[in-house]
Amino acid sequence: MEFRFTEDQNELRSQARRFLAAESTAAHVDKAMKTELGYDPDVWARVAGELGWPGLVIPEAYEGIGLGQLDLHPLLEEMGRHVFCAPFFSTVCLGANALLVAGTTAQKQAHLPAIAAGELTATLGYRGPSAPALAEGASAVTLVAEERAAGFTLTGDVSYVVDGHSAGLLIVAAWVGDESSGELGLFALPGDTAGLTRTYLPTMDQTRRLASLRFDGVQLDKDARLTGMEGGRALSVILDLAAVGLAAEQVGAAEACLDMAVEYAKVRQQFGRPIGSFQSIKHICADMLLKVECARSAAFYASAVAAQLMADMEGGKLTEQKGRELAEAASSAKAYCSDAFFHCAGQSIQVHGGIGFTWEHAAHLYFKRAQSSRALLGSAQHHRERVATLLGLGDEA
Amino acid sequence: MDLELTQEQLSFRAEVRAWLAENLTGRFESLKGRGGPGDEHYAVDLRMDWNRVMGAAGWNCIGWPKQHGGRAVPLMEEVIFNEEYVRAGGPGRIGHIGETLLGPTLIHFGSAAQQQKYLPGIVDGSEIWCQGYSEPNAGSDLANIQTTAELKDGKWVIHGQKIWTSLAPWADYCFVLCRTDKSAQKHKGISYLLVPMRQPGITIVPIEQITGGSEFAEVFFDGATTDEDNVVGAVNDGWRVAMGTLAFERGASTLAQQQQFQKEFDLVVAAAKRNGASKDPVLRQRIADAWIGLKIMRLNALRTLSVDSTELGREASFAKLYWSNWHRDFGELAMEVLGAESELALPPAEHGPYELTTLQKSFLFARSDTIYAGTNQIQRNIIGERALGLPREPR
Repeated sequence: MEFRFTEDQNELRSQARRFLAAESTAAHVDKAMKTELGYDPDVWARVAGELGWPGLVIPEAYEGIGLGQLDLHPLLEEMGRHVFCAPFFSTVCLGANALLVAGTTAQKQAHLPAIAAGELTATLGYRGPSAPALAEGASAVTLVAEERAAGFTLTGDVSYVVDGHSAGLLIVAAWVGDESSGELGLFALPGDTAGLTRTYLPTMDQTRRLASLRFDGVQLDKDARLTGMEGGRALSVILDLAAVGLAAEQVGAAEACLDMAVEYAKVRQQFGRPIGSFQSIKHICADMLLKVECARSAAFYASAVAAQLMADMEGGKLTEQKGRELAEAASSAKAYCSDAFFHCAGQSIQVHGGIGFTWEHAAHLYFKRAQSSRALLGSAQHHRERVATLLGLGDEA
Repeated sequence: MDLELTQEQLSFRAEVRAWLAENLTGRFESLKGRGGPGDEHYAVDLRMDWNRVMGAAGWNCIGWPKQHGGRAVPLMEEVIFNEEYVRAGGPGRIGHIGETLLGPTLIHFGSAAQQQKYLPGIVDGSEIWCQGYSEPNAGSDLANIQTTAELKDGKWVIHGQKIWTSLAPWADYCFVLCRTDKSAQKHKGISYLLVPMRQPGITIVPIEQITGGSEFAEVFFDGATTDEDNVVGAVNDGWRVAMGTLAFERGASTLAQQQQFQKEFDLVVAAAKRNGASKDPVLRQRIADAWIGLKIMRLNALRTLSVDSTELGREASFAKLYWSNWHRDFGELAMEVLGAESELALPPAEHGPYELTTLQKSFLFARSDTIYAGTNQIQRNIIGERALGLPREPR
């Protein structure tokens, strides 16, 4: 393959940039983040209706556009760049991907067309509030699904669920029987299911909503369980796909920090000259550029691997090798892009000086977003540890 | 995932691999993996033989135009060649300064006579070049060179001193930046001269460097001469030519360099597994980080190679800064992974006062990576001013 974006992908990026430059301005973000919902439903309706973004990676068989994960990449970069407040990441990168990976044909048919049409939002929850801080994936799951003749009874808590308070469809991971069973199940349920209490959680980064879900003996039918792939493996693949999406978002956001800092350094005068003419400032910007472009390389590659994996899976031939390749690429991208975005967001404040410390300037939005993004779906440290394991470190006696 | 190669590229790869397997054997076996950066003075005579063998088989200068003795292969073939060369353990190319710097400069700026006189020796591997740019007072501020050349009786007479000249004791020729008009402004008044190295008036003093080896030298010019027509481009227009030389690097060697680093990385992973460092949570983090960084180096190179434009984009602007920092950090990591063992050198050998392990050499030599060919600070200035459009510092 060519190691660059195609004309079509660049066109998608331009389209996204035009739309978001108009609909995700600082004023829009400020307004959206002060609402409990966390986004403007009218803008979301246009995103679905005019642009079709929610259906971008949903196959045509399920009334989507049928593009791949690599086509999603420029879109996510632009959403990151504009700190777009919308249930896109939760619905597409978590919800739709979960259905695509783990759903049966009937389950996909039941939900994906509504997601593609923008009528249904979705998300994935897996982390229990009591899970150890550094646990990730299956080891962070505490929810339990007790098997009954007619279905399952879910009991326990899931927290840190992106847009969990508003999503129309929730997909949750739970231990089947109890944790000692080692059998993980994924379950899809409507957001308004009886016995489920959803609580909006105030967050430091107000541009991404989190919620907690309390399952108080929630009764689900048998067909609520996603059985297209073994649960533990499916969760791992879904979280990798989501991490790849988040990495792309981080690249765009990091680049926005770089661009803001550079523009400011060109016009801000001190000592009678633009501060960008001082090497101390110039070198900060040069290092930011390096990190942005390296992050883009890592995320682009991860998106390409994700695209291949999804294509393989559609063709019914997902290999262990490909799963491992995705794990390596996703963890590398998430680790690098988390650090890169955080670095750029922090340095952007430094270059801006005092104005960067104010609520009035957008720098704080990116800085908070950088922190929330690196905490979401596993820290850089977690992902480097995973890479170390994949490299076979420590396997020897 | 990798670049998908065409059928022609795959057969080219097979051809290179087969030739190396057949020829990098026998008396050349001892050269495998040697002679790279930090080790450039290793077994020079044998490497010059190897260079001639390469030349006879048509493997030198494969990217050059055919009329100048090259094969005019596309960039991707050149990348493939370099990858195979590293994979086979091919020794550091003793003719690389001629092939990658001087040759392209002559092809672009040189006269037909200069091309006919100097290019064949580079292609057939019989002649070695060195570079006379840096001086004790002209490092990052290269335009501050003080070496002078004066025209007398049809010859340039040169006085001054160059430094950090790789391969100077073995080189047949040097391309030398000289001040030819002292009254002109700094960047004007410089000429680019081609100077034979074996003549009275040139004294070469090897520099014993941090590794104990001496691949660099000081070169003193005390009335050394070269013919009047050995000036490349116009007299007093040498700065433009010199800057052109630096721009000819097509990036063909970046993937090969990454592969070379991968070999060093594999040594560290093997050491970590052997000595238990792989179980240390902090070192695990750093090893994983180095691995991710190395992967990204490869991905950056693939991106750069996928760009059509001959104008290198901003993804190429930071390549030097990136790899040199990676390699320096990696050298430190290597020493920490080795722990107490990192102190033990090899028994003294034929070269220098002592003999170091591959990783020790890498650790020490990496301190020069961030200095030569544009220090990190100069690189950041270039990125800031050219890629980001930040204003220049008033001077």
